[in-house]
Amino acid sequence: MAKPASMLAKRADALMNWIDKRLPVAAFWKATMTGYYAPKNFNFWYYMGSLALLVLVMQIVSGIFLTMFYKPSALEAFASVEYIMRDVNWGWLIRYMHSTGASFFFIIIYLHMFRSLLYGSHRKPRELLWIFGMLIYLALMAEAFTGYVLPWGQMSYWGAQVIINLFGAIPSIGEPLTEWIRGDFSISDATLNRFFALHVIAIPLALLALVMLHLVALRETGSNNPDGIEIKANKDANGLPKDGIPFHPYYTVKDIFGVGIFLLLFAFILFFWPEAGGIFLERDNFIPATPLVTPEHIVPVWYFTPYYAILKAVPDKLMGVILMGASVLILFFLPWLDRSPVKSIRYKGTWYKVLLALFTIAFIRLGMLGMAEGTPSQTIEMRVWTFVYFSFFILLFFLSPKGKTKPVPDRVTRR
Amino acid sequence: MPTDGMNKGRRRFLVATTAVVGSVGAGFAAVPFIQSWQPSAKAQSLGAPVQVDINRLEPGQLLKVQWRGQTIGILRRTPESLRLLSEVTPDLRDPQSLESEQPSFAQNETRALKDEYLVVNMHCTHLGCVPQMVPQVGPQPFQENWKGGFFCPCHKSKFDLAGRVYKGVPAPTNLKIPPYGFLDNRTLLIGASQEGVG
Amino acid sequence: MNKQSVMVILCLVAINSTMSPVLGSDPGMLENSGVNFRDKAAIQRGAKWFVNYCLSCHSASYMRYNRLAEDLDLDQDIVLRNLAFADVNIGDTMEIAMRPKDSEAWLGKTPPDLSVISRSRGNDWLFTYLKSFYRDENGGWNNLLLPNPSMPHVFWQLQGIQEPVWSSHDEERVIEHLELTSPGLQSPQEYEQTVRDLVTFLDYLGEPSKLKRKNIGIWVMLFLVVFTLVAYALKVEYWRDVH
Repeated sequence: MAKPASMLAKRADALMNWIDKRLPVAAFWKATMTGYYAPKNFNFWYYMGSLALLVLVMQIVSGIFLTMFYKPSALEAFASVEYIMRDVNWGWLIRYMHSTGASFFFIIIYLHMFRSLLYGSHRKPRELLWIFGMLIYLALMAEAFTGYVLPWGQMSYWGAQVIINLFGAIPSIGEPLTEWIRGDFSISDATLNRFFALHVIAIPLALLALVMLHLVALRETGSNNPDGIEIKANKDANGLPKDGIPFHPYYTVKDIFGVGIFLLLFAFILFFWPEAGGIFLERDNFIPATPLVTPEHIVPVWYFTPYYAILKAVPDKLMGVILMGASVLILFFLPWLDRSPVKSIRYKGTWYKVLLALFTIAFIRLGMLGMAEGTPSQTIEMRVWTFVYFSFFILLFFLSPKGKTKPVPDRVTRR
Repeated sequence: MPTDGMNKGRRRFLVATTAVVGSVGAGFAAVPFIQSWQPSAKAQSLGAPVQVDINRLEPGQLLKVQWRGQTIGILRRTPESLRLLSEVTPDLRDPQSLESEQPSFAQNETRALKDEYLVVNMHCTHLGCVPQMVPQVGPQPFQENWKGGFFCPCHKSKFDLAGRVYKGVPAPTNLKIPPYGFLDNRTLLIGASQEGVG
Repeated sequence: MNKQSVMVILCLVAINSTMSPVLGSDPGMLENSGVNFRDKAAIQRGAKWFVNYCLSCHSASYMRYNRLAEDLDLDQDIVLRNLAFADVNIGDTMEIAMRPKDSEAWLGKTPPDLSVISRSRGNDWLFTYLKSFYRDENGGWNNLLLPNPSMPHVFWQLQGIQEPVWSSHDEERVIEHLELTSPGLQSPQEYEQTVRDLVTFLDYLGEPSKLKRKNIGIWVMLFLVVFTLVAYALKVEYWRDVH
């Protein structure tokens, strides 16, 4: 007589077999997880991809629940957010999860992108992977902007006012375009209503599709690594990369640990400091939107402020908008701007370390200045850092082919 | 790759532990989302007990009020209709209201705190339609020897004037009696039981 | 984390911390409110001041009386008797009888709803504001923090009357400080406590779930520490394979 446990296992096997004949679950699992070989030398920066996926899921789940209680109408929106914060059971938790998640999404994405600058992950053959990533970043910005309008506080209203009016800078079609976007002659109920639709369904769908493409492209090219060398170039007798390990179980267990650390940070902010001193949730957004009073100090949320600073630095409306647009769009061309024979910062000379350090400081400093009141000396500083920001790309293009490099090893270093 | 000195038992233990701890966490994380569907503080405030003035209710008259989005009927029964309640007993499914929902004070033949006043949740216990009151005694299209009661147009369920369900109809139990009490001779409080009124 | 990453991060931190701070407006004007959000007694006292002095003109239309009772461990009857006006149901929000049109005619503008005022203004601002009223030369009320406010000094009987002490700098007269010229029913220390209690209540009013949030947060963090440790052990165990 067979043991019941083994009977059960047999049944489960039979069921899996039945499904597998009809849906390629096992093949998919093997192709993307157990049979997908990733370089064994991933470091801290390589947690960000899976964490971004986690935040995406958390935003979708908390967002779905928020739509159950939120009212996308100019008359009711502000009150419905307070209704969520007070009257809905655990509404405050779901709302803070979503608002904290928005900022964490950008923190993760910025670190994820910075990793690419460190190790040249956007370089051949991963140009498309990078472009899908950039499209995700753009979609995320649109998602964040439309989402920020929904609480219908003063910052929602005036932030939307300022950002939509940027389109007004476009010659001749600018004015009618802003009217079309708003659906009214000023930011109004119509604007809120369509932003709600974009935020909860249109952009998330695009985001999911792009994330799919990003992942498919990643499984095709395989991950880069801190040494910036291709592990596929060194295979063993079985045709497996010598420096690769199966994604599952090795990186799944590692990422689970990363999730733990991430959730600790996330929960700390969510439960103990959800406003983050007015950076994640701005003070003025606790005043209901009114067209009659402009807040003294309008700033976008922190993740937009580097670009906002570039806009403010330029004393011309159209040029400001063009330069701000260019500061984002130029990132798309990174795979072709970096012409160095090596990918990773580890084997590039001091020139790249200096360039990257200056670029990063410029980005962070612009972010800080973008939030500031805008004194004349700050305006001058913003111009300096704007110049540094764009110089990075230009210098990279001209220095990278000749810049000093160190010899790249055949096999990955450090485990 | 997998190799020498691999401790299978320890590995299985750690996988199981992580899975269990993770599942517990996921379970706890699901609680706020599930509970967010419960009636909010606003809904509960709107669902607070309602006061009804019954001073001008004539014998035989039915007054309908809303409580928690439900139609509550208040019927001032005539002595005649109270008398008829005992005559229909053999045709009823649950004449003693043993399987029906009502405050304990209403588990009697008249299903009421004061015999004269029936306070009843008007929604049919079958699928929630609101039955019509047909107080006339005599032959009806749906029953020959009708003694007065409620008739549901949706699926033809029948109840007497105490909300008790007849045999042979789709509704399983008697109409529900909500908690209620009398604040004084002319004021009814629906939504809180007599005990709670104090 | 490898050496480069550490160096990059350290470098950024160092450079950014030496740069001039650009965030935050002049906090020098504001006094520390000393609010302790766990002090339920202070919230209760503040609630009483709020109902007696603020709720005639300002509403708190997102706050329900029964929530107040539950959060402050008070009986619903006590709340209705002491903190609410007649014909208020325990589930109602803290509304006011004054119509917006009337208040606009009397005060120049509709007094704002105070439900989330502590979140837009901050506790220190509210604390300083309520202590900074003075009688100006025209005999009207003015405020050092928010000049020419629409709101009169509703607490003047408690605080007494403050008048400005002027000093001249380069032909420009500036207010050096305020002086209590006519004492009120409370001593300055008592009045400060009154304002602190009121601000403690406003802080609670801004986010009634704050106490619950922080209490739950501790448990969530503890759980996550356990989870992370287990996950770390699992990771280490599997990564023994990788050489």
